[in-house]
Amino acid sequence: MKKLKRIFTYLFLSTAALVSIFPFLWMLVSMTNKSVDVTGGRLIPGLHLMENLNNLLESTRIGTALWNSFVIAIITTVLTLLIGSLAGYGFEIYRTKGKDMIFNILILSMMIPFAAIMIPLYRLFGRISADAPLIGLDTLAAAFLPTIITAFFIFFFRQNTKMFAKELVEAGRIDGLSELGIFFRIYVPTMKTTYAAAAIIAFMNSWNNYLWPLVVLQSPENQTIPLLISNLGAGYTPDYGVIMTAIVIATLPTALVFFLMQRYFVAGMMGSVKG
Amino acid sequence: MTQTTDKPNPKHQSTFMQRFKKKNIGWLFIILSVLGISLFYFYPMAQALILSLQSGMGANLEFVGLDNYVRLFNDPTFITALTNTVIYLLIQVPLMIVLALIFSVLLNDPTLKFKGFFRTAIFLPAVTSLVAYAVIFKYLFGNNGLINDFLVDLNIIAEPLNWLSDPLLAKITIVIAITWRWTGYNMIFYLSALQNVDKALYEAAKIDGATAIQQFFFITIPLLKPIILFTSIVSTIGTLQLFDEVMNITSGGPGNATMTISMYIYNLSFEYTPDFGYAATVSYVILILVILLSFIQFKVAGDRD
Repeated sequence: MKKLKRIFTYLFLSTAALVSIFPFLWMLVSMTNKSVDVTGGRLIPGLHLMENLNNLLESTRIGTALWNSFVIAIITTVLTLLIGSLAGYGFEIYRTKGKDMIFNILILSMMIPFAAIMIPLYRLFGRISADAPLIGLDTLAAAFLPTIITAFFIFFFRQNTKMFAKELVEAGRIDGLSELGIFFRIYVPTMKTTYAAAAIIAFMNSWNNYLWPLVVLQSPENQTIPLLISNLGAGYTPDYGVIMTAIVIATLPTALVFFLMQRYFVAGMMGSVKG
Repeated sequence: MTQTTDKPNPKHQSTFMQRFKKKNIGWLFIILSVLGISLFYFYPMAQALILSLQSGMGANLEFVGLDNYVRLFNDPTFITALTNTVIYLLIQVPLMIVLALIFSVLLNDPTLKFKGFFRTAIFLPAVTSLVAYAVIFKYLFGNNGLINDFLVDLNIIAEPLNWLSDPLLAKITIVIAITWRWTGYNMIFYLSALQNVDKALYEAAKIDGATAIQQFFFITIPLLKPIILFTSIVSTIGTLQLFDEVMNITSGGPGNATMTISMYIYNLSFEYTPDFGYAATVSYVILILVILLSFIQFKVAGDRD
């Protein structure tokens, strides 16, 4: 009886693991096959990887899209971490009743669904387009500006600041450091794990962001990777081998981040809950 | 004498100055965030409310009072989108949470082998971009897709199914896709919560003769209640905003069979002749649903303990 239960457990988990991994295996295999073979259900690797890569480079602006996605993701990550951690630290270290109230109000913004503010945001960027063409509609700046300041990261850093030894702040003051000096020279270096976890979340969110870039980026030279893949997928005569190659390229950065930084990754997820 | 009485004065002043400075420098740290969230969340929220009282095409808007809100009740597309979203919510969220709980309990068994492999494999879908996996699922569930091939080969079905062009099957495809993407993600939360559970509780239950299923319902579930509440609120908010998958797997079709509220807002603003006023009205429905459902979930879960 016990043995039977064991076997059933392994069978169940193996099925779940296979279902979870299969789409990954399929896209890796399909990247090396011709379009007809992909639709024909071929499940063994072929010899057409270079051909698919060449077609992808020639028929799409994948290079530009990769560049745009990287630029947006890196700027977003740096600014998100800087602004979010300043606020999380500020709310916790310089705690007052007034600031706590403001904090609670800011947290409410986490309940606001993006779809509910998308149109006013679009109109906001439309209005400033004429005066400030560099941050107006259809610019990379417009794609990341509304995403860099979020209550989630303020909350995240505040939660983690609770575990930061406050004596270090006093020690810094005695050493004659300015308040900002304490933040940059004591807090930031001691909170490396928290920053790493936050960086992973911010980077992945930005890299995968779809709806807002879809709304705000119109011209092909401003396309990001999710927009490019969505366009390829919706094409009338899709080349499946090429699309699979694009999808693998799009998934690589986040998969790499996950495998190289698994510990921080999970720490980041948990950091959003505890406390 | 005078020197000693004078001395505390500047010292007192400087501590007062320091305190004043300390009190205000705190604001320096948070000011950017306060401004940013006001500008990019609260201001648009207020704008959307004003917009929802207006109607017209493109930039030519005029005030129509509550007309848009009345229009909601007579708009079949809105009612379909709302119904679909609620169906996804009622079926997908519980299905995913139960699956994630089962996986986490099985993987929490210390005698289980290949634990690391199973955990990583089941979590892996959570690293994919929503658009990328949606496109993959669209092909997997296509008429000549691998899912149909498998099912026909295994003699489960005689003819290929129209996963994407049958109203019911298309909804099922969306539910399967979201469940694939998010179950492992939720499982990680439960797994780490289970690791903090005192093993002695289970030992005691075993001595009292409790079966594994009784242990699950009377120990595991109550102890994980706070984290289950957290994940179900996050999933509810996510499902209410469902867009990427539906847009890329079925584009809301066939007909409007898989249309969600977010997709309808997008279509109203950017696909059909733009009607920002009415789109803003629909968007307030999502906001109200998010607030309402989070509130209900908190109430149902009872006091946090």
